[in-house]
Amino acid sequence: MNAHPDHHVIVAPPGDDIAKGDLLMEVKNVSLAFGGVKAITDISFDVRKGEIRAIIGPNGAGKTSMLNVINGFYTPQVGTITFRGQERRAMKPHHAVRQGIARTFQNVALFKGMSTLDNIMAGRSVLMKRSIGWQMLWHGPALAEEIEHREKVEEIIDFLEIEHIRRTPVGKLPYGLQKRVELGRALAMEPSLLLLDEPMAGMNLEEKEDMSRFILDVNQQRGTTIALIEHDMGVVMDLSDRVVVLDYGKKIADGAPDEVKNNQAVIDAYLGVPH
Amino acid sequence: MFYRVAGQYKTSYQADYALFPVKQDALLLALILVVAFVVFPLTASDFMFRALLIPVLIYALAALGLNILTGYAGQLSLGTGAFMGVGAYACYKLVTIFPELNIIVAIALSGFFSAAVGVAFGLPSLRIKGFYLAIATLAAQFFLVWLFQKWAWLYNYNASGAIQVPNTQMFGVTVTGARASAMSQYFVVLSVVCIVTFLAINITRGRIGRTWKAVRDMDIAAELVGINLMKAKLSAFFVSSYIVGIAGALFVFLWRGAAEADLFDIQLSFRVLFIAIIGGLGSILGNYLGALLIVALPVIIGTVPALFGLPISSAMVEHLNTMIIGALIIGFLIVEPHGLARFWAVIREKLIIWPFPH
Repeated sequence: MNAHPDHHVIVAPPGDDIAKGDLLMEVKNVSLAFGGVKAITDISFDVRKGEIRAIIGPNGAGKTSMLNVINGFYTPQVGTITFRGQERRAMKPHHAVRQGIARTFQNVALFKGMSTLDNIMAGRSVLMKRSIGWQMLWHGPALAEEIEHREKVEEIIDFLEIEHIRRTPVGKLPYGLQKRVELGRALAMEPSLLLLDEPMAGMNLEEKEDMSRFILDVNQQRGTTIALIEHDMGVVMDLSDRVVVLDYGKKIADGAPDEVKNNQAVIDAYLGVPH
Repeated sequence: MFYRVAGQYKTSYQADYALFPVKQDALLLALILVVAFVVFPLTASDFMFRALLIPVLIYALAALGLNILTGYAGQLSLGTGAFMGVGAYACYKLVTIFPELNIIVAIALSGFFSAAVGVAFGLPSLRIKGFYLAIATLAAQFFLVWLFQKWAWLYNYNASGAIQVPNTQMFGVTVTGARASAMSQYFVVLSVVCIVTFLAINITRGRIGRTWKAVRDMDIAAELVGINLMKAKLSAFFVSSYIVGIAGALFVFLWRGAAEADLFDIQLSFRVLFIAIIGGLGSILGNYLGALLIVALPVIIGTVPALFGLPISSAMVEHLNTMIIGALIIGFLIVEPHGLARFWAVIREKLIIWPFPH
């Protein structure tokens, strides 16, 4: 798909030493249980740099739990996750962000009292370093840093076409725009892996088309690797390079969209047959 | 017409980040500062300074401190009075141990003591939220006031158990103690309050302010955009308690002149909280509007009926005051949770398009 003509080219985050197509993240034999409830059982899959990886499956299959494990919100009881060649175990979500993993949520999780601009700027908190002393004076290095990040944020605002709501508190925005602001906030973190939890839930066709275009542009222009959960099969099959299918916490299929679509186990568990 | 913002273009982000991007706001503030620094000192009486101007400024500063914690970072605190006490007692010990210390330096340093105590009592905020945290800070309130009474070293073993502010001078002018003039005290308080307000505005609009607001609005999402919750909450407790401590030191040294432990009881905490709520949580301006209302109301009730020849007893003033403030708080919580500051914001918006509202 071609990039939208008036989009600005946004450079990929610096310091990315992994070549396109190489292993970015590997999930190996991960199991997660809450008491007696097994959310994820022995799942392994990998994400390659530069691809769009979809995670699909029926409700309660463990998709969101899987994302929560990846970004450090849950710590799995068994298994390992290797991200950019480094294996990790217990960690906090803010560590994951520092490593370059950003995400959006199934239910919009924006800071409702803050403006669009502030929400996206908040996404850059980890990249800002100036001490409270300079910030109090709003001068010198602190102001320079603020302006430098503002320029980056304005690029994102431009890219997502949300200039008109820059100063609006996000609590007042319609749902589709909130989703877009949330994507902007995740992009502001300059992630090397972007996790999208149902980016198109509750959207109409036009909004879905817009969002699909943004996802593809992020992937192609910024080179950001994306792992997404989505229930709209048309979108999933069109966007993604590879698909992993979960059911009852277990992996039942993994492969290119066409393979997965024709896999009998997937049809039985999730896709069904057209009537 | 007077507040027209059309035509004030910003061509750089630096211009957009000016303290007052709108020219009229800056003019209005300049006018207020001229009134505060020039007109009041030329016209106001000692009564006006001591009963109205100085307390308004000090209460506004205390409310500003609380507002950073509650309005910006979303952590409810009922221990403001006690934290003010920590600042006051710390300042008292500093000036008695180091009599040569400039009083402004002593006040600035005393804030660090209240900040440290604030952070210590803020530790529960890492585990608990909302009302439960309020109860934890309530424990700080009662414990600290008890400590002020029992730890005689704090008040230099005075038989009365009270701290008495010594006379100190700055640039040859007596600014604290019984010999200080109201006007010199007013200038000191006004200067401190202006500086702290300026710094507070900058903190709240920068990275740290965004971090606090993010924690307030949705702490889980804040963590998932990489904000360290512990740092964010404790820094809010630190900055808030620092400002509250300074306000406490000013409260005793430049206004009351003497203090007992009871001065810092829960009543004071509530009064500061009411100022922040009526003024507007999450706003800097609101603290001033709220303090003006809360401090001026009893003065108005006490003097205005007398002007019309209506005799009014002091007990009556107090009761009326309690009733009106109670009603106002209920009213604000229902009608406008963002307080007086939001009223001003609405008026300003209307002024910008007046007289052509379409």
